[in-house]
Amino acid sequence: MDYNFYLSTMWSVLKALPLTLEIWFFGIAFGLIIATGLTWLRASGYRLGEYVTRAYVFVFRGSPLLVQLYLIYFGLSQFDFVRHSPILWPILRDPMYCTIVAMALNTAAYESEIFRGALRAVPVGQIEAAKAFGMSAFTRFRLVTLPIALRLALPAYSTEIILMTKATALASVVTIMEMMGTAQKIQHDTFRPIEVLTCAGVIYLLLNLSIARLFAWVEYRLSPHLRPAPEQSQQIKPIPEVL
Amino acid sequence: MPANLAAAAKAAPSSDETPAISVKDLRKCFGDHEVLKGISLEAHKGDVISILGSSGSGKSTMLRCINLLETPDSGEVRVDGELIKMKPGPNGNQVPADIRQVERIRANLAMVFQSFNLWSHMTVLENLVAAPTHVLKRPRAECVEQAEELLKRVGIWERRNYYPPHMSGGQQQRAAIARALAMNPKVMLFDEPTSALDPELVGEVLRVMRSLAEEGRTMLVVTHEMGFARDVSSKVMFLHKGEVDSLGEPKEMFARPPTQQFKQFITNFNK
Repeated sequence: MDYNFYLSTMWSVLKALPLTLEIWFFGIAFGLIIATGLTWLRASGYRLGEYVTRAYVFVFRGSPLLVQLYLIYFGLSQFDFVRHSPILWPILRDPMYCTIVAMALNTAAYESEIFRGALRAVPVGQIEAAKAFGMSAFTRFRLVTLPIALRLALPAYSTEIILMTKATALASVVTIMEMMGTAQKIQHDTFRPIEVLTCAGVIYLLLNLSIARLFAWVEYRLSPHLRPAPEQSQQIKPIPEVL
Repeated sequence: MPANLAAAAKAAPSSDETPAISVKDLRKCFGDHEVLKGISLEAHKGDVISILGSSGSGKSTMLRCINLLETPDSGEVRVDGELIKMKPGPNGNQVPADIRQVERIRANLAMVFQSFNLWSHMTVLENLVAAPTHVLKRPRAECVEQAEELLKRVGIWERRNYYPPHMSGGQQQRAAIARALAMNPKVMLFDEPTSALDPELVGEVLRVMRSLAEEGRTMLVVTHEMGFARDVSSKVMFLHKGEVDSLGEPKEMFARPPTQQFKQFITNFNK
């Protein structure tokens, strides 16, 4: 086995990790903002808001992320008004921005569904108790509904974040030299797909492992009430196994 | 109105003091089903009123109409003389006119639920402190101190840092009663507080409720505990099919049931 080739490939792909993380971070950050808006619109009780969010989820959850990315990067620039817009064009001519926009729009559809489900799963009795104690709608949301819903949403949300980590690899098809793009270039130069793709795969695995552990830790911290009672907990391993 | 109602009204102390709770001609439908068909009730300071009735008689709905967890279709609710203002809603029903007023009144009417409804992500102590600090805006240190006192009183101070799912039903309900007390409420509403408990845990909750009655708290108690109704409450109200069937002194009511329905109801219980 050619260890030196493995090492040099590993190093080259790792040098692209910051770019992957950049796409990942901004994708999920903007995605979270859009998802929050969509969830609010859906929960607001307005008929129109519900139709808009349902249509949004239908389109962005129903079509492949790759199609959405191509449409945004190659498709939108076909329109004159896009090319002449001082706001749209600087964003849409840049493959990096396009990837982030596509990822944010896509993940927002999934996340808004996760949040909607979590909000609906908050026990009615606990919200009713908050009402009965005179809490205003805002206080109720802040102290009871939101903390419970966040805990309920966390497992599904962490899965979505892991999916987004893997989705960053799509950026390579619009010329971005993140980890996957870099790996593909080395592969084309050396014709050694097994070694190169194994290196990339291992890095993605380790990345997702750390993300999963991080979420497991957050979940553990936030849910002492779902663990066994204090006197029973001595025999139980403190951190749950992940993977 | 059955004759005994008038008699009970006469027997009640004729004070000029404003009633803590006054409900007049309360009506409520769920779809086609009329659950409350014009219910009136007056509770004075220090009254402990047990509200009895078979399931579906409207007793829980009536209690939930008082703090507007259900919106009555018509009728008026006054708390300490203050009328809860209503206005016509979008579907021809009525809705609270001023939600701030409703919230303020709710803070004076602490409620204890059948299924406890403690906030599961907070410890017992946090459950007791949440509403006093965020609704009544009292200083946190003072609330914590009071909460610890109340937890000692209901006998679960050792569990103050436990989460509700880690406690027995009886302990959770005692915590819920302490949470209600932490609001220093004018009136306490109990919605079948012992119905979800294992039989051997009922006693510990009833003991706490009895001690509250003895210290002169105003309480409305929807219950199936005949012993509590007979021995602890100052008045018993029996609902039948959405109407007040009978109302009176518990000793008198149980010794000489004023109506056929009530007689049958307590006979079924003694079987």
